[in-house]
Amino acid sequence: MLYFARWKIVLICAVCALGVLLTIPNLVSPATLDRLPAIIPHKQIALGLDLRGGSYLLLQVDVAAAERERLNSLIDNVRNALLDANIGYTGLAVKGDAIVFKIRQPERIDDARQALAKIDPDLVTTIAADGSGSAQFSTAATEQRRRQAVDQSIEIIRRRIDETGTKEPTIEREGEDRILVQLPGIDNPERVKALLGRTAKLTFQLVDTGASLEDARSGHLPPGDEILPAAESDRARYGPSAYVVKKRVIVGGDMLVDAQPTFQNNEPVVSFRFDAEGARRFGDVTRENVGKPFAIVLDNKVISAPIIREPILGGAGIISGSFTVQSASDLALLLRAGALPAPITILEERTVGPGLGADSIRAGTTACVVGVVLVVVFMILFYGLFGVFADIALFFNLCLMLGSLSLIGATLTLPGIAGIALTMGMAVDANVLIYERIREEVRGGRTMLSALDAGFKRAFGTILDSHITTLVAGALMFWLGSGPVKGFAVTLSIGVLTSLFSAILVTRLLIVSWVRNWRPRAVPI
Amino acid sequence: MLKPLIVIRRTPKIDFMRWHKLGFAFSAFLTLSSIGLFLGLGLNYGIDFVGGTLLQVRVTPGPANLAEMRHQLDALNLGEASLQGFGSPSDVLIRLPRQPGGDAAQEKAVEAARKALGPGVDYRRIEVVGPSVGAELIRAGVTATVLALFAIAVYIGFRFEWQFGIGGMISTLHDVLTTVGIFALFRLEFDLTTLAAILTVAGYSVNDTVVIYDRVRESMRKYPRMPLAELINLALNETLSRTILTVSTVALAVLSLLFLGGPVLRGFSIAMLWGVVIGTYSSLFIAAPVLYYVRPNRAAIARPGEGAARPLTRAR
Repeated sequence: MLYFARWKIVLICAVCALGVLLTIPNLVSPATLDRLPAIIPHKQIALGLDLRGGSYLLLQVDVAAAERERLNSLIDNVRNALLDANIGYTGLAVKGDAIVFKIRQPERIDDARQALAKIDPDLVTTIAADGSGSAQFSTAATEQRRRQAVDQSIEIIRRRIDETGTKEPTIEREGEDRILVQLPGIDNPERVKALLGRTAKLTFQLVDTGASLEDARSGHLPPGDEILPAAESDRARYGPSAYVVKKRVIVGGDMLVDAQPTFQNNEPVVSFRFDAEGARRFGDVTRENVGKPFAIVLDNKVISAPIIREPILGGAGIISGSFTVQSASDLALLLRAGALPAPITILEERTVGPGLGADSIRAGTTACVVGVVLVVVFMILFYGLFGVFADIALFFNLCLMLGSLSLIGATLTLPGIAGIALTMGMAVDANVLIYERIREEVRGGRTMLSALDAGFKRAFGTILDSHITTLVAGALMFWLGSGPVKGFAVTLSIGVLTSLFSAILVTRLLIVSWVRNWRPRAVPI
Repeated sequence: MLKPLIVIRRTPKIDFMRWHKLGFAFSAFLTLSSIGLFLGLGLNYGIDFVGGTLLQVRVTPGPANLAEMRHQLDALNLGEASLQGFGSPSDVLIRLPRQPGGDAAQEKAVEAARKALGPGVDYRRIEVVGPSVGAELIRAGVTATVLALFAIAVYIGFRFEWQFGIGGMISTLHDVLTTVGIFALFRLEFDLTTLAAILTVAGYSVNDTVVIYDRVRESMRKYPRMPLAELINLALNETLSRTILTVSTVALAVLSLLFLGGPVLRGFSIAMLWGVVIGTYSSLFIAAPVLYYVRPNRAAIARPGEGAARPLTRAR
């Protein structure tokens, strides 16, 4: 019992010192932290949004909607491919996640296969002998596109949020198709939400002047055309509630290199510039269609449909459409950041004001401090000097816990603070088990040293078993829990682990040093 | 030398086994009524689970007039708004049900509520949760709890004998179910932190059980011929002081969270406090007496070098 290998003593002291060192940065203000010498680590525990105030948004990328849109464009491609090859077909439709059709002449099935194969290498086409066939994207391709859609969404959301000037946003993937956005310090996320809620898909399409809206609505929609509703601002100004527009996209928003809010005739507008390819295409089409209108389409609504007065060759232009200063600058921002590959819905929004956060920190800290003081007093009342040893170990336990949290860069939430208070109460359990065992061994007639030895050794298995069950619960919470539960699971599990170290090794070292230096004749418990 | 001020000098001689049937009956009553309350009344789920909107507001100058605020909100036809004081007289927690429609509809509801409540109201917390997340969270929560129960049973079974695992699982299940029952009975809000508390209760309430089982096993080796009931009694009495002391330290921490940790942690603290108390009771009156009925294989335990996990409890 008295023997403690020197390397063990050094190691225990080193770990304790490290814990204290890692805790220090959390106790000082950031200004003081900068002035501290380099030997002291500068990593602080990050506070969760429920403590520092801010907004938390859980977004869902609607991948299914993007798939539907893709199928709709695929059906056009299939139609065009078959028409171009002069192959007769019937019953072309979307069925589930595939396109179905029937080839009229069975002898042309092979030609149809070839025509369809050119559309997309990932397209899987099967045509039976009777001419009925289906085309769908391979599972691998669909899967990859899903992943890409989420990745791309994260990137675009990041750009949009960065443009608003929000400080230190966190944007990360959660699960398969969800995105978690954390905006510290934002207590009214309306603007951010408005920016995230829009797909911002911009296209320039020609208006089909040969078709009337009434005809199109009554079912005579020319092939290759679509009806698009007019945006409210456009409707209020020019009248038509919708336009018949050619589906072919002249230029898309992905070819924009810049968009800025500006003024034209004292009215807020958005000026934009195409890249070289976009400029060339736009120039060609406008040259051929002078005098005709083209539609500027944003998220499937026509914002305006100006007449082409002259060919636009420079690749720059202006979108006007009854904007306010704010909406013009928002649109410019969205165009610069790019379009989302799929619509996004907000599943969860949690916003905590800075006042409540500060209150929570205060209440949580008070509860922790009072809890620790109560436990400290309790241990001294019941165990005297050995209680003091347990309290010293408890102090190091607290430091190790805070130190570990700073080291791994964990985020401290209010439930996390509760976890700290709770593990402080649990940590001394191990001491109680050891001390009670020592007491029992003394009563059983053992000498002091052998009682101390037996107490530590015999209590060890019990302590381990009882701690592991708590760790099991903590691990499950971390695995299956979300947000606040995870934060709590982290502090709980770390606390249980550090308490194993402090309650067993630190206490033992303290007692051994005490026995060596004071040479007591009896155990004071 | 600093001596302890309070010492429990004598090992108590309480005949736990004499009262165990009463304990079983009481626990059966608690458990069945908890299940009944859960099925009959259901839980007062927070918006984490059922979706909806939550506004935590502070009225300046206070105190808040709940009746008037309720009246203002009811006029908006947003469904049944629930209002409750939250911590202080000027703090109010408002819950609005999920509005039909998408994100925009929820946003409109918040805007309408803001307008109706007028100026002088500080919005300290706003949470809007969709319905789809809730179902997943409930599923994950139930899965985690069931897994925790099994994991604990398997662990105890592995470290002791399988009969001990059964006892541990029964008493842990009892603790979890009655905690849920308390939440159903007092209509306390059941949210994500409550779920965390219940899982912690599952993990922690076994602590005392393990301590007692450890002693039962030790006594089985020491007194191979002692009748089982007597042996369980002995183990319970010998460990009673540590059972009470370990629970007290945790209870102190939980009590300070309950009274000082602020209203957000109230549900969590109540669940923990109940769990810690009932966990101790169930260790004494359920987990230990159950051993009397499942009859652990004493011969296997008494033989050194046999049974699971001897290496960890070395040095006999």
